[in-house]
Amino acid sequence: MSKKVFLLLLLLIVAALVGGLVQTARAQQPTPSDNDVNRVARQLYCPVCENIPLDVCPTTACQEWRELIRLKLSEGWSDEQIKEYFAMQYGDRVLAEPPRRGLNWLVYVLPPVAILAGAVLVVRILRRMQAKPAPAEATPSVPLAPEDEYLKRVEEELKRVEKSGR
Amino acid sequence: MIASVGFGVLVLTFLVSLYGIGAAVYGVRSGKAVWVESARHAQQLTFPLVTLAAGALVYLLVTGHYEVSFVYSVTSNAMPLYLKVTSWWGGQAGSLTFWIWLLSAFTTAVTLRRWERDREFLPWVIVVSLVTVAFFLALVIFFENPFTRFWATPTGEVEAFFQPANSVPIFPSDGRGLNPLLRHPGMIIHPPMLYLGFVSFVIPFAFAIAALVTGRTDDRWIRLTRRWTLVAWLFLSLGLVLGGRWAYDVLGWGGYWGWDPVEIAAFMPWLSGTAFLHSVMIQEKRGLFKRWNMVLIILTYCLVIFGTFLTRSGVLSSVHAFAQSAIGPMFFGFIGVTFILSLALLLYRWTDLEAEGTMHSLLSRESLFLFNNLLFMGILVICFSGVIFPLVSELLTGQKVTVGPPFYERATAPLFVGLLFLMGVAPLSAWGHSTIRTLGRALWKPALVSVAVLGLVLLAGVRSFGALLGFWLVAFTASVTLYEYGRAVLARARRTGENLWMAFWNLAGRNRRRYGGYTIHLGIVLMAIGIIGIEIFQQETQGTLKAGDSIQLAGYTVTYRKLDEFDAPDGRNVARAVVDVYRGGRYLGELHPRRDYYYASQQPMTIPGVRSTLEDDLYVLLVDWRPISADGATFKVFHNPLVNWVWIGGIWLIFGTLVAAWPDRDPEVEQARATGRERLARQTA
Repeated sequence: MSKKVFLLLLLLIVAALVGGLVQTARAQQPTPSDNDVNRVARQLYCPVCENIPLDVCPTTACQEWRELIRLKLSEGWSDEQIKEYFAMQYGDRVLAEPPRRGLNWLVYVLPPVAILAGAVLVVRILRRMQAKPAPAEATPSVPLAPEDEYLKRVEEELKRVEKSGR
Repeated sequence: MIASVGFGVLVLTFLVSLYGIGAAVYGVRSGKAVWVESARHAQQLTFPLVTLAAGALVYLLVTGHYEVSFVYSVTSNAMPLYLKVTSWWGGQAGSLTFWIWLLSAFTTAVTLRRWERDREFLPWVIVVSLVTVAFFLALVIFFENPFTRFWATPTGEVEAFFQPANSVPIFPSDGRGLNPLLRHPGMIIHPPMLYLGFVSFVIPFAFAIAALVTGRTDDRWIRLTRRWTLVAWLFLSLGLVLGGRWAYDVLGWGGYWGWDPVEIAAFMPWLSGTAFLHSVMIQEKRGLFKRWNMVLIILTYCLVIFGTFLTRSGVLSSVHAFAQSAIGPMFFGFIGVTFILSLALLLYRWTDLEAEGTMHSLLSRESLFLFNNLLFMGILVICFSGVIFPLVSELLTGQKVTVGPPFYERATAPLFVGLLFLMGVAPLSAWGHSTIRTLGRALWKPALVSVAVLGLVLLAGVRSFGALLGFWLVAFTASVTLYEYGRAVLARARRTGENLWMAFWNLAGRNRRRYGGYTIHLGIVLMAIGIIGIEIFQQETQGTLKAGDSIQLAGYTVTYRKLDEFDAPDGRNVARAVVDVYRGGRYLGELHPRRDYYYASQQPMTIPGVRSTLEDDLYVLLVDWRPISADGATFKVFHNPLVNWVWIGGIWLIFGTLVAAWPDRDPEVEQARATGRERLARQTA
């Protein structure tokens, strides 16, 4: 028996043993409850319907998929493994979010960048406007008391009439 | 016959609107007012014409003319009359016709008003509204004709308006009936509300474009359309709230908002429209942000069309469906062209739209409004990228992806928190100038109240950070708003000697815009309470029960009693379970979660059994059952704390909008009346 073959055999035996251990460990898992199944299903989307999470989809196909999740759970698969399995089988669209890789980064990066750019723009506009000299007629610096509000309203009315008369 | 009349009228309307556009442009170019007047008449003619076509369609629906394919696809003999009428907007072709009808009604109402003061706007308002009407008419006439009929040809059955060669008409005896999901009061009112919101935004846009074209850069266009904007906002909000209610009652997933692309399609114009509602105030009060307001209204208009495009073109299901659908590319082109043309017009007037005033303080009302706009735009950007990304991905890599609730919730939550906070601070900051000191002086009392509320929430045992932050913000904003009311009412009562109620009434009556706005803010606060409740504290469980077995959730016990299966006369099979609900050993009543199966459309519907109180909802769904032995059934139970406040807040918000939009007395009309009365008095004396 060559050394290589012996090593291979050894490897197989070890694998079988480990496999067996894992199998018994799995066999001890209690049957997953509906809540366990839903916990996973909620993070997945129905592969055939549009935009319907798997835990609420009433079709028979989705019922079978939920049973598949139960089976995988009872075999000791983790939530992540099951999600990966579904993504492999039915494409990334079954995941509630695009996986963070490749082109998909766009959807994670663009909105924050756009919002930051907007914030920078707003701050710059405020700075630039503040840099300009204040106009002669100073506006009141405290909130107007309701009494003054009447005057203010009269002024506004006048302004409006002025404008509409134009 | 009726179908032919209907279609003929649609074509005629299309021609009339094209004529109107031409006449208005020619009239203004050549300076011949009579052509503009003729364009105005053409515009006013569209409404009766579209009404006639719509009347024909409704007649066909009600009388069961199933040879018309649209009628066949949305009605059936078993449907009651009100459903037959409302199935007008139950399908693509019909709902586009409905859109046109509403649009022509609103734009006609606009041209009916007196135009002495703003005559230069008139031709351009006509052009913009008629271009929009004509676009939708073209869609209906050339691609989504609601009047096509069934014909049997030697090669098979076809749908066409004109009779194909060697064919005979087919007269089906019954139709397929309306999609059962749409047979719900919420779904009957929801699309009209949404559409009303959509079409009313066309009007401020039309005035904005008119202002750009004519170079009238003051805030006249904003003042003229303020009420239209509020009406648009009112209907859009109502549409969104009703849509949420429908989802909660009918879709059977325990919630009201799923960040579905179709929902977001309606939410996006609401976001930009809300930003617009706030930022026009800066222009009115301080003469700032004229360009930005133009950008916002252009954006809102394009998002309105984009929303209709998303829901109607099939682009959401797949890029390929979009490529095959005829109306998809049409929409796409129209949105692109209007967006680019409007922006070009804005750039052309860029220097004319220079700000008149300046800003002095980071904490002034106008600066805070600017931050408010930033947050609304941020949410809009997130929504837009989330909706559009699956299409981009499919187009570029062929890989379909889903952008679901986790994405939107994580990304928008901080921005919503920021908005809620601004809603609390902004009403107390002054126009023009505010400092930490002035703001602090105004804010400390409400802030104290909110901290006290926070203490109570902590005492009640809430430990979730999100919930604590949310409840604190809610308390803060609510107390600021109520404090603003209270301070002003007291001041007025002291000054005028009126009692508090009269002081409140007169105060709100004198400044409806401000106090209507505060009422809307309170509505949002109430909705926020509900949203915090369901987002953070929702619980669910599922279990299969034998008769007599129970399932527990959040202190409730749900006991399965029995299940009946029977056929209902309107073509559905009903499986109706009876469960008893207990809390702390006390019997609270029974619920009837059920599953309806519509034979004709082969569609199941899950109707929850809900026990609803101000404190929480117990929401029970029938997920599955054993048909033969009928002794085992699977239930999913949701506990939705505080969810009712979403609806209460929604109603409150609508009320506030009505207060803000209620017509003021027109000073000119009042004056005319007064002089008339005087003259009358003199004559009789």
